[in-house]
Amino acid sequence: MRYLLLIGGDGSAEATSEEICGADETQAWLADLERRGMLRGGDLLRPPGEASTVRVRDGEVLIVDGPYAETKEQIGGFNLIDCADHDEAVEIASRHPAARFGMIEVRPVWEP
Amino acid sequence: MTPDITAAVAAAFRDEWGQVVATLIRVTGDWDLAEECAQDAFALALERWARDGIPRRPGAWLTTTARNRATDRLRREVVGAAKLREVARMELADDGDDDAGSGVRDDRLRLIFTCCHPALPFDARVALTLRTLAGLTTAEIARAFLVPEPTMAQRLVRAKRKIQHAGIPYRVPPAHLLPERTGSVLGVLYLLFNEGYAATAGADLVRLSLSAEAIRLARVLARLMPDEPEVRGLLALMLLHHARRDGRLDDNGDLVTLEYQDRSRWDAAAIAEGVEVLDAALRLGRPGAYQVQAAIAACHATAATAAGTDWSEIALLYRRLAQLVPSPVVELNRAVAVGMADGPAAGLALVDRLAADGVLAGYHLLPATRADLLRRLDRTHEAAAAYREALELATTDTERRYLTRRLAETTTFA
Repeated sequence: MRYLLLIGGDGSAEATSEEICGADETQAWLADLERRGMLRGGDLLRPPGEASTVRVRDGEVLIVDGPYAETKEQIGGFNLIDCADHDEAVEIASRHPAARFGMIEVRPVWEP
Repeated sequence: MTPDITAAVAAAFRDEWGQVVATLIRVTGDWDLAEECAQDAFALALERWARDGIPRRPGAWLTTTARNRATDRLRREVVGAAKLREVARMELADDGDDDAGSGVRDDRLRLIFTCCHPALPFDARVALTLRTLAGLTTAEIARAFLVPEPTMAQRLVRAKRKIQHAGIPYRVPPAHLLPERTGSVLGVLYLLFNEGYAATAGADLVRLSLSAEAIRLARVLARLMPDEPEVRGLLALMLLHHARRDGRLDDNGDLVTLEYQDRSRWDAAAIAEGVEVLDAALRLGRPGAYQVQAAIAACHATAATAAGTDWSEIALLYRRLAQLVPSPVVELNRAVAVGMADGPAAGLALVDRLAADGVLAGYHLLPATRADLLRRLDRTHEAAAAYREALELATTDTERRYLTRRLAETTTFA
C-alpha cells in the first residue's frame, strides 16, 4: 500500500527543514527506503509564509497569503512510500529524525 | 423448538461468536460480511440442530456454515475480477489447525489485537471489541455507553473503514511490538470492566454485564497468551474486584466502603480463583502494574475482617505501583495505607506533601483523605474543614452522602 508521510513541526524547532533534510540521519533514512524499493518520491517544502491558498467562489479566484491550515504545526516536507501495511508505514515514520521533535502524519493513499 | 436447542445455540453464541467472526474475517478480509455470515450461521443452527441434533463440535459446524454462506454470497455477487479473486482466495484458505500460526487457533487473538489497534480511537476500540468479539449488538453497545444508536453505528463503521483503507494488518503483532500492543488490549478490557463495575443497581443490564464480558475476554486472552503475566494480572484483578460486587451496595443502593462491607457476601470461589491466577502470573517473574494492583486487591479480599487487613503489605505494594506507574493518585492511596499501617500522623505527612505539590488540586479524595486522617488524630476542627472542602468538590450523590455523614459525626463530637 502507498502512504504519504507529511513531515511537520511547529516551526520553532532549532533546525530548519533544510537542515533536517540535509542531516546525515535523514539521508540515511532516505537511502534505506530507496534500497528497499519503498520510496516513491518526496521533497522538501519552502516555509509556510511563502505559501498561497487558492479558492474559486462564484467563478472568482481568491488568493490568500499563507498556508491551507492556520495551525502552529506546519508541513516541512513529504515522502510517498510503498510498503506492506499500516504498521510498516508507522515503523518507517517513527525512524524519521523529525518524529523526535516534530510529528509525522501517515496518510493512506486512496487506492481504487 | 425444544429449550435444549435454544440453550445450546445461546451457549455456542457466547463461546463461539468471536471465533467464527475472527476466522471469517481472515478468510474473507471483509468485516461486515464476516459478521453477517456469522449471524446467518447462528440462525441456521437453531433450525438444523433441532432437526439433526447438536453437532459434536458446535464451533467447527458454525465456522464451516458461515464460510459456506460467505462463499455463496460472494459467488452470487460476483461482478468483477476482484470478487472472483476473493472467492478463489476463500476456497484456498486453509481451515486446518496448522502450526505456522496462521490458522484458526490464532484467529481470535488476531481479532483482539486488530480491534484494539492503537491507530483506532479508544472508544472505537472498545465498541469494536464488544461487537465483533463479544457479539453485542450495536443497540446494546450504544445503551451501555449512553450514546444514541446511530452515533455508535457510525463509530463502528468508521473504525472498520479505517482498518480496511489504512491497511491496518489483521494479525498478532510481531514480538517487538507485542508489549505495547498487549497494553492497549488490556486497557480496553479494563475499561469495559470498570464501566460495568461503576454501573449501579438501577443501570441497564447490558451495562452491568460489561464486567462479566471483560472477564470472559480476559480468560480467552490468558488462555491464548499464557506467557504474558500482565494478562493474568488483569484477569486476577478483575476477578478479585468482581468477587466483592454483592457487598458494595447496601439495601438502599448506597456505596458501602470496604471497611464496612459484609464479607460473607463476597464470592469466595472467585476470590480463590483470583488469588490462584495472580500466583501463576507472579511465578512468571515479570511484575507489572496489573499484577501489583491485583496483589493489593488480594490483600483486601483475603482479609477475614477489615481490622485484619495487612496494611503494611498494601503500603509496600503501593510503593511498588508508584515505581511502575508514577501517579499522584497512587501516592494518595499509599498515604491511606501508610496511615493504617503506621498511624494517621505518618499518612497525614504524605498527604500534606501531596497537597503542597498541588497536582491533585480539585480532586475531592485529597481533602476527604486528609479529613479522615485528621479525624483519627482528634483534630476535629481541621477535619471538619477538610470534609467541607471535599464536599464542595465531590461529583456524585453517593460520595456527597458519605461525606455529609462523616462531617456530621465530626461536628457532633467536636
